[in-house]
Amino acid sequence: MKAISAISKATQGSELLTVSNLCLLINKTLKTLTLPAVGILVFLLLWQLMANNIITSLGQFPGPSQVWEQSKTLVVEHQRERKKEAAFYERQEKRNAKKLEKNPDATVKIRAYTGKATFVDQIATSLLTVAFGFMIATLVAVPLGIICGLSESVYRCVNPIIQTFKPVSPLAWLPLVTMVVSALYVSNDPIFEKAFLTSAFTVALCCLWPTVVNTIVGVASIDRDLINVSRVLQLGTATHIRKIVIPSAIPMIFTGLRLSLATGWMVLIAAEMLAQNPGLGKFIWDEFQNGSSNSLGRIMAAVLVIGVIGFILDSLMLTLQKRVSWDKQAILR
Amino acid sequence: MKKNYLEISQVGIEFATEGEPFRALQNVNLAIAKGEFISLIGHSGCGKSTVLNIVAGLYEATEGGVILEGREVDEPGPDRAVVFQNHALLPWLTVYQNVELAVKCVFKKSKSKTEIRDWVEHNLSLVHMDHALHKLPAELSGGMKQRVGIARCLAMQPKMLLMDEPFGALDALTRAHLQDSLMEIQQQLGNTVIMITHDVDEAVLLSDRIVMMTNGPAASIGEVLRIDLPRPRDRVILADDSAFNNYRQQVLRFLYEKQKNPATKKIQAA
Repeated sequence: MKAISAISKATQGSELLTVSNLCLLINKTLKTLTLPAVGILVFLLLWQLMANNIITSLGQFPGPSQVWEQSKTLVVEHQRERKKEAAFYERQEKRNAKKLEKNPDATVKIRAYTGKATFVDQIATSLLTVAFGFMIATLVAVPLGIICGLSESVYRCVNPIIQTFKPVSPLAWLPLVTMVVSALYVSNDPIFEKAFLTSAFTVALCCLWPTVVNTIVGVASIDRDLINVSRVLQLGTATHIRKIVIPSAIPMIFTGLRLSLATGWMVLIAAEMLAQNPGLGKFIWDEFQNGSSNSLGRIMAAVLVIGVIGFILDSLMLTLQKRVSWDKQAILR
Repeated sequence: MKKNYLEISQVGIEFATEGEPFRALQNVNLAIAKGEFISLIGHSGCGKSTVLNIVAGLYEATEGGVILEGREVDEPGPDRAVVFQNHALLPWLTVYQNVELAVKCVFKKSKSKTEIRDWVEHNLSLVHMDHALHKLPAELSGGMKQRVGIARCLAMQPKMLLMDEPFGALDALTRAHLQDSLMEIQQQLGNTVIMITHDVDEAVLLSDRIVMMTNGPAASIGEVLRIDLPRPRDRVILADDSAFNNYRQQVLRFLYEKQKNPATKKIQAA
């Protein structure tokens, strides 16, 4: 009798446990999956309703369904272009093989395929450009920020310049950068397109500042005690920077880098439109100039892709920050 | 035993403020013998930490100076190790790495790699922290962090060990444990120590001499009390000891009768 009651108690207990576990699980999924899904659905609904009521000179403003259609077309176009490219090279190879068969000493050439850049190619170009610009900005901004953060006098010298250039729009820089690149980058066999460099430098000029400012703040606000430890140990400047300054300032440096990358990605689209760098900015501009009834849908698809890529870039930086940061308790978002 | 291992002579310091410069210390004179344990005691704001920072070389005295083993102190250095109140461990380094950084700074040329490792581990075992070599400071309790802070200083084999309220941020039990550890280590190594404290019992228990400071501004040394209690000292036995209690009373009398807390003085005046 006792045993039976014990067993029934035990099973009751475990049932309770699973029920409460299930509740927790449902609660968790609700929070992490369902609620965002609801948000997206409501947004799509509102979008469709609004789109139905807006008629432009290029036809109706595209709703979610039209944009979906255009996105699929963009992918199909990309695949078609790749097939054409493959076929082009295959033809060349055959021709060259024939030529060599006739005359083994003949010089054969492989001509590069010069087809239109597809949407996917343009995404790749944009990513490469922003990466290059961001890299230049980081290489300048972090050392500059560390120097300014360490020395009050250097900071006072540099601060007015930082504050002046920080609010300048990329569109204002672009003509200057274009002319400077054209004047200085003269090469018979250029590794980079001029438009690529112009866009990348514009991105660098605009996304420099958040990293500089945040690095300065991070370096200037190192715990006094830690600086005193360094003084007692008589650490040299290089060791001081490596062992004390950089680890201390890493959270702030990363905050700056994340802001910089977000700024850079935003600036890039504007820069590409004007510099005609074959990336997403040029895609949007070309579609706008093209003005077909599909254009708005294709632009909207590009807008969504830009947004998603921005989101992914930020998530990547966040992951990197979490990996590098020593403070595992800090809540990063 | 050389009487003047460390000599603080005619030290005074002024801090620049927006108005008139603030004079924190005036005419501080003190000679410390090698192996002596000195406590600095006084009310908050009387400049105890300032004295310590001048000895450490972190502050520069406006007048007077400090001579350690015949050499003038003019900059901070590893021969005067400082134990900070809030441990000041580098939070991104493990316990081992924190001590290793200090050891490498001092013994880079004179010790081999294995010697450095052994020395780091030896010092951490002195403070009973050899079980947590690879933990980060954030994973340790306050008392443990302070132990590592002490180990870091011991490992530098400094001429002077300067402790700035080392146990001030700890609860009473942890503090007692650390005081016992410190006495045990002091017995073994015979370091020359200056320790700042607010705690009268701690001062009497640990010190060879207690240096009592007058209230600021322009604070100076009020009285020096020699504690002639035999070592090793046991806190439980001493609690009933008449000599111990007599010393305690002398310090308390200085602090609460001769040098009333400046804060309470203001309240009475109001």
